[in-house]
Amino acid sequence: MKEIVIISGKGGTGKTSITASFGYLGAKEVVVADCDVDAADMHLLMQPDFAEAKDFFSGEIARIEQDACIQCGKCADVCRFDAIPVIDGKYIIEPLDCEGCGYCPRVCPTDAIVMEEQKVGKWYVSEIKTGSIMVHARLGIGAENSGKLVAKVKNEAKRIAEETGKKMVIVDGSPGVGCPVVSSLSGADLVVLVTEPTVSGLHDLKRVYELVKKFKIKAGCIINKSDLNLQMTDEIESYLELENIVSLAHLPYDESFTRAMTIGQTIVEYDNNGLNRSIEETWNRIKQIIFKKEK
Amino acid sequence: MRIAIASGKGGTGKTTLSTNLASFLAKKQSVVLVDLDVEEPNSGLFIKGEMLHKEDKYKMIPEWNQDTCSLCGQCQDVCNFHAIIKIVDTILVFPELCHSCYACSELCPTGSIPMVPQKMGELKQFVDGDLSFIESRLEIGQEQAVPLIAQTNSYVDKYYPDTDIKLYDSPPGTSCPVIEATRHADFVILITESTPFGLHDLKLAVETMKELGKKFGVVINRYGLGNDDVLHYCEENHIIVLAKINNDRHIAELYSTGQLIYDEVPQFKEALQNIEEFIMDLKSGDES
Repeated sequence: MKEIVIISGKGGTGKTSITASFGYLGAKEVVVADCDVDAADMHLLMQPDFAEAKDFFSGEIARIEQDACIQCGKCADVCRFDAIPVIDGKYIIEPLDCEGCGYCPRVCPTDAIVMEEQKVGKWYVSEIKTGSIMVHARLGIGAENSGKLVAKVKNEAKRIAEETGKKMVIVDGSPGVGCPVVSSLSGADLVVLVTEPTVSGLHDLKRVYELVKKFKIKAGCIINKSDLNLQMTDEIESYLELENIVSLAHLPYDESFTRAMTIGQTIVEYDNNGLNRSIEETWNRIKQIIFKKEK
Repeated sequence: MRIAIASGKGGTGKTTLSTNLASFLAKKQSVVLVDLDVEEPNSGLFIKGEMLHKEDKYKMIPEWNQDTCSLCGQCQDVCNFHAIIKIVDTILVFPELCHSCYACSELCPTGSIPMVPQKMGELKQFVDGDLSFIESRLEIGQEQAVPLIAQTNSYVDKYYPDTDIKLYDSPPGTSCPVIEATRHADFVILITESTPFGLHDLKLAVETMKELGKKFGVVINRYGLGNDDVLHYCEENHIIVLAKINNDRHIAELYSTGQLIYDEVPQFKEALQNIEEFIMDLKSGDES
């Protein structure tokens, strides 16, 4: 079983639309995992049935039991996150500030502080329109996207793929270079970077690839909207060559991406103007790369 | 006045709006633009200027002092993040997991775990006429954006107490980095696009702002592409639409080269004028 992770660094490059297309083309050979849990959108294209939903708990948060509190203020003294203000003469934990480090209950002389497990989101196992399975999630508002929910979604997808004898897991990764994307990347067989020929696209590609290099994962790149700025597309191509990243495809700037999305379809279902064929060729190249026999 | 520019979905035009609005507003008043998208800071690609100052930003992490350690293992017990562990006769620290709570250090009975600084990123300060620009950039390999965002906010509060308008280019999403970037704002501009992804993520962003008790308004970018659902959603929920920017490939082309848009595209300038008017009203309302 192989794991392909699609990331972009920058948002809005078409990552999710392309990932969903691969999920559609891979059909029953693949399990799809939406690890962009902070702004999960792939379900809008894949018609999941949300058959199985589970709460996800991660980390703790402190709460002061006011009856036991003697207002000594030791908790507020040790808190490095200014999470324990005094409101109306009472020490209160500010939930958005509390990091859940558990220091305050250790210094409380009356044991008035309890640590409570936090529900940070929900995750789902769904059957999607291809008849295959998708694992996805919804992070709670303001929750810490520590990557743990990302890891949960991914590991669940891998487990299902293995149990049901699927060949691949396709992962829609998180944006940025922080903890969630680190969780998205770990264990991948191939990283597909989706970028666009803009100054920001190249800048973000370089930063996220610095991270990919630390994992020593083979990488390929899709330049979406490639005709938007041909000079910048050339510049990206030079960068890919320099870094030994496989150039997988140049896709055009095409509003069909949005038109397909508007009716809840992947681009390969919607378009028959050649874009569908380009994406299909890209998908076939990706399969060739990951199933090539190791020398 | 502090105004944060945020969006649920990435790539909806946050940085484009932040940089253009900052440059446009700076014609009439003092403005500081702060790039808080520390994982992928892009504003600096569009705002040029002279660099006045640069400093490294640190987070504090524990360091093991072998000589005085009694190997009691309490540090491991108190750490909720598994960032410090004892293996036989060695204490190991995992800095990327550490939240700098100091519990292991301050509770150590032999004082063998001092806290030491570790570089997590870099802050740069630029100036271009009446526009100041602050950028913070997370080091690759550092996983937590929040401490750097918090330190950047403190820097701005300290050095720009009297600046008329502070604009914050926020990270995407709805999780903790966005909260940290928008929590001190007087007003939040949510920028979205008129597509199903845009609408879905806008709803999440709106929920987040309501949860934080923030005043906010929406800018609809790439209007005309996709459908009218975003506009209808805003109307139904009585959310103020500050501006609509029509879908225009020319804007995307200018953006791709790192140029500001408003001098080249009249409808974009009009959108900025509408937003400026709104901000001025807000500001005079606040002052009266």
